[in-house]
Amino acid sequence: MSYLLFQLSFVAYVLAMTVYLVFFFNQKKQVRSLARKIFFGAALLHTANIIARLVEAGHTPITSVHEVISFFAWSIAWCYLSFRWRYTVKNFGTFSSVLVVLLMLVSALAPHAILPLSQTQHSWLFPVHASLAIVADAFLALACIGGLMYLLQERELKQKRFGFFYSRLPSLESLDKLNQHCLSIGFTLMTIGMFTGYIWARRIWGGRNWHWDPKIVWAMITWFLYAALMHQRFTMGWRGRRAAIVTIVAFMAVLLTLLFLFKGVHAHGA
Amino acid sequence: MARETIVLLGVNHKTTPLAVREKLALASGYEQPLADLRRLECLEECFLLSTCNRVEVLFTCNDAVLARREVLDMLFAGSVTREEVAGCIYQHQNEEAVRHLFLVAASLDSMIVGESQILGQLKEAYRFASEKKTSGMVLNKLLHKSFSVAKRVRTETRIGASAVSISYAAVELGKKIFGDLKGKKVMLVGAGEMAELAAEHLVGQGVAEVIVANRTFERAVKLAGCYHGRAISLEELVEQLHYVDIIISSTGASGLILSKDDVVPVMPKRRYQPLFFIDIAVPRDLDPAINEIDNVYLYDIDDLNNVVEMNKSERDKEAVKATRIVEEETLKFCGWLENMEVTPTIIEMRSMADQICRDELGRTLGRFDNLTSKERKSLEKMVNSICSKMLHYPIRYLKTDHPCVDQQKRVEVVRTLFNLDRDRRDQE
Repeated sequence: MSYLLFQLSFVAYVLAMTVYLVFFFNQKKQVRSLARKIFFGAALLHTANIIARLVEAGHTPITSVHEVISFFAWSIAWCYLSFRWRYTVKNFGTFSSVLVVLLMLVSALAPHAILPLSQTQHSWLFPVHASLAIVADAFLALACIGGLMYLLQERELKQKRFGFFYSRLPSLESLDKLNQHCLSIGFTLMTIGMFTGYIWARRIWGGRNWHWDPKIVWAMITWFLYAALMHQRFTMGWRGRRAAIVTIVAFMAVLLTLLFLFKGVHAHGA
Repeated sequence: MARETIVLLGVNHKTTPLAVREKLALASGYEQPLADLRRLECLEECFLLSTCNRVEVLFTCNDAVLARREVLDMLFAGSVTREEVAGCIYQHQNEEAVRHLFLVAASLDSMIVGESQILGQLKEAYRFASEKKTSGMVLNKLLHKSFSVAKRVRTETRIGASAVSISYAAVELGKKIFGDLKGKKVMLVGAGEMAELAAEHLVGQGVAEVIVANRTFERAVKLAGCYHGRAISLEELVEQLHYVDIIISSTGASGLILSKDDVVPVMPKRRYQPLFFIDIAVPRDLDPAINEIDNVYLYDIDDLNNVVEMNKSERDKEAVKATRIVEEETLKFCGWLENMEVTPTIIEMRSMADQICRDELGRTLGRFDNLTSKERKSLEKMVNSICSKMLHYPIRYLKTDHPCVDQQKRVEVVRTLFNLDRDRRDQE
């Protein structure tokens, strides 16, 4: 049942992405509103999928690779929609939908059996810690997309050779705002997520709550990168190109952290 | 039953030199000329549009030749001779007039194709015509249609998206950098005509303040006065950089007035807020290396010209699409006009049928006096529905296109078959 919903939402996302890409080329408003509707429908289906899986498994479905990546894609979809509700950033949907589809593809390729919870995961902190971290990553992913769009647009403006992207990308200012908005939320959530992880670690391991674990180390590096960027943004007024580049680099670190998904102390069930 | 003719008389920037246009333009506003036109007996409805690039008179009448002479005499007699007017004026009728109006509204006939000002001017002019009640059913429909055609062109093509003059290009680039120009501050360095033009466009976009720096302070003060801005001396230029967002430079200086080293230290002070330099001076005022600084964008006159050229070719492609839309809508409107022509016939046919129904019903019902009101109603209903079913095909024959019989002919056939012109002939 839940897997059927997953497949349905996957198909809907692909459809939404295709329509978004068509819009990207022909720039017709009707096409965009159609794409939005499909994307919204896909996100709803995906939500239903996650709830169904929660009911089937009896716990928050973020234990296997399939589930985590799917949850990540779901968070990006909803973060995008929540963002879309407040601001309009031209053609942001096209880029976001491509990322969501790619993640869904990875998720679909991973084995999708439901894994039982391990000893340590039987805690209310587990869903809080994991979902906070993933939603934070989703906002950071959007910031990264915004950064890429910024670099593309900035290059056109600097080189004064206006190609394909110039008219299709939003203004630099709106991209920079997007960067700031997504970073602030993403960074805050990430901090809270890491803090809950710390509390959880104390509960399990008592005094020995620091592990030289690759995931934790990478997470700390990532956190420091974002902290530095936030600091520069708010005190020095860093913005634009430099902020965009750091956002992209920092997101690479996020991806690396994700790679260590179930390694070290995070390898619960395995 | 001939329909009134829609006539459009006008002069525009293509046919008429500015010197003549100036004289023809309705400088005193629309109210007086509209009131004058209303007094002309030969006109049914009328509408006037006067902008700096065109004067258009749109009216409906029964005798186009007579109306043309009277309208021209009424409007322009005081300012130019008949011969002079006849030499430059164009006249369109019916379908041509509709097409021309749609082209104007869609900004395809403008000096800068795709600019959006004309639609506002058209709406403004229409407001006067409808307030003065000089426009009637045909012109109301026609003008409303022209607004929606303009809107369709704007949404379905990208004709308005391209900047095709240097100042438009500057505004467009500014929007790509700042998103919105509202609240931004502009500094004019040098008070040349080009700079003024660009500043005017920027002010039109809602910039917050205009600062003018000039070698002769007096001229700076004068120009700043035009935009309620303030004047500064050239020496304060670098200091002001951390305050303004857009700099338009057009001095006649022979060397550079700003170098990269002047701008670099300003950026941290501005908290890296973007700066947009536009250098329209020849020789250039600003160091090309300024463009290398992060969050600083420098465009010189050649760069802007490139944008303009690029947009021109794109716009021409879009204009083809837009013309197709205008053509479509013109055909649709003419279809409506033709239907208008059959409408009186249909109404007459219906009223004749109604009359017969009522007569016959009255006669029949008079013979039965024990009918309940319900029975009476259902009898009436039946008679009416027989009538409308009988009329269904004749009406459809009138309304829909017929491959071999034209509308005029069809109207005649129906009128003869139903003997609709009997009364008129009897009277004559």
